Amino acid sequence: MNRVVVIDYGMGNLHSVGKALEHLDKNISLSITDNPTLIREADRLIFPGVGAIRDCMKEIRRHKIDILLNEARTEKPILGICVGMQAMMEFSEENNGVDCLGLFPGSVNGFKTGMHDENGDTLKVPHMGWNKVRQSMKHPMWNKIEDESRFYFVHSYFVTPDTKKQNSALVAGETEYPDTFCSALAAENIFAVQFHPEKSQDCGLQLLDNFLSWDGKS
Amino acid sequence: MSLAKRIIPCLDCENGRVVKGVKFLDIRDAGDPVEVSKRYCEQGADEITFLDITASHEDRDTTVHTVEQIASQVFIPLTVGGGIRTLEDIRLMLNAGADKVAINTSAVINPDFVKEAAERFGSQCIVVAIDAKQVSEPDTDPRWEIFTHGGRKATGLEAIAWAKRMVEYGAGEILLTSMDRDGTKQGFDLALNRAISEAISVPVIASGGVGNLQHLVDGITEGKVDAVLAASIFHFGEFSIPQAKEYMKQHGICVR
Repeated sequence: MNRVVVIDYGMGNLHSVGKALEHLDKNISLSITDNPTLIREADRLIFPGVGAIRDCMKEIRRHKIDILLNEARTEKPILGICVGMQAMMEFSEENNGVDCLGLFPGSVNGFKTGMHDENGDTLKVPHMGWNKVRQSMKHPMWNKIEDESRFYFVHSYFVTPDTKKQNSALVAGETEYPDTFCSALAAENIFAVQFHPEKSQDCGLQLLDNFLSWDGKS
Repeated sequence: MSLAKRIIPCLDCENGRVVKGVKFLDIRDAGDPVEVSKRYCEQGADEITFLDITASHEDRDTTVHTVEQIASQVFIPLTVGGGIRTLEDIRLMLNAGADKVAINTSAVINPDFVKEAAERFGSQCIVVAIDAKQVSEPDTDPRWEIFTHGGRKATGLEAIAWAKRMVEYGAGEILLTSMDRDGTKQGFDLALNRAISEAISVPVIASGGVGNLQHLVDGITEGKVDAVLAASIFHFGEFSIPQAKEYMKQHGICVR
């Protein structure tokens, strides 16, 4: 039995992720929980997040998810989604600056207002909708997903990993809005995405399916 | 720019059935919002909007059940609107599997509701729906005002200022319907859409008046919106979503 935990620290809507995983109809035992025992016993973890980072970090610490993630980071496959990905970095400039989990060197930065596309039209923030993800590396999580496939995004901040430092995560995917930003990160048994695989139709379901069978090695 | 402009089919539902008529070849599926949603999703719709037009308390359970059914089979964003009055209504819809809720009348009655909702659930899931009607005389500067109760009740609120205020309060997206154009098939009110879209930072979905595929193109290029919503052209089988996307692509619009 493949024990999958979607970590629930009280922020946002985790039902979409749960429904997508159940739809994949694998032999999984799914829990949406903050229960430390279930998280420790899980074979793989999904770490989602929505909303503002300050509230997220507060709840992550209150539910002691920071400690559990630190334990799990070398032990089992972890998939970070959206603000879950952002929380893995050292620091976010959202909410006038918030310290994050620091699993990887790098920061979280906001899209500037007043950006324009090539026609001179103003680009909206949040970056919302279907955008292309260029696969910057080969990775088991990209199995059966075409390069430059579109995924569904909704976010105003994005991660800027510092890939030169020790213990850094690698850029696994990149997206343009209008400048290139990191839309997927990979580090040993952690894979993190800025987009929402659970809302990205076939490509998203494929990515979740890949996660369910991933051994945590790249 | 690689971010695709979105096409959003809208399902107006009453007592758990799609109304405004749906004419697919497979008659057995007609009117079942789950089947309709699945089909639109397979055809490449970028999101689904589900508007509950009964919105009475007795039918709430039906709506929640339908949203659950759609959300367990359709893996693209789902917005639910109609009768969203309390934080509890929002929680109920999100728990049922909706990704966003559309708030209309309740935002006008109590604007702070939008603020509370955005703080509690995040701006990404709060869509403010605006029904606007042109109130200026011809040959004068255009002015639009907000109407509620399906366009019957005037509020005196000026549309651009209202949209700005709603964004300030935390709306993550604006669903903008022209009451003048809704149901006319004459195309979106492009001046209205452009005025609002250029005044606010968040995405705008144009709604009301689509009669042909050029109208979708005009909404994007002239109305400057980020997404186009349509119901009848898709429901009645006049055009399919792949046709709409192909047409938009031929006219230089980035689609998925």
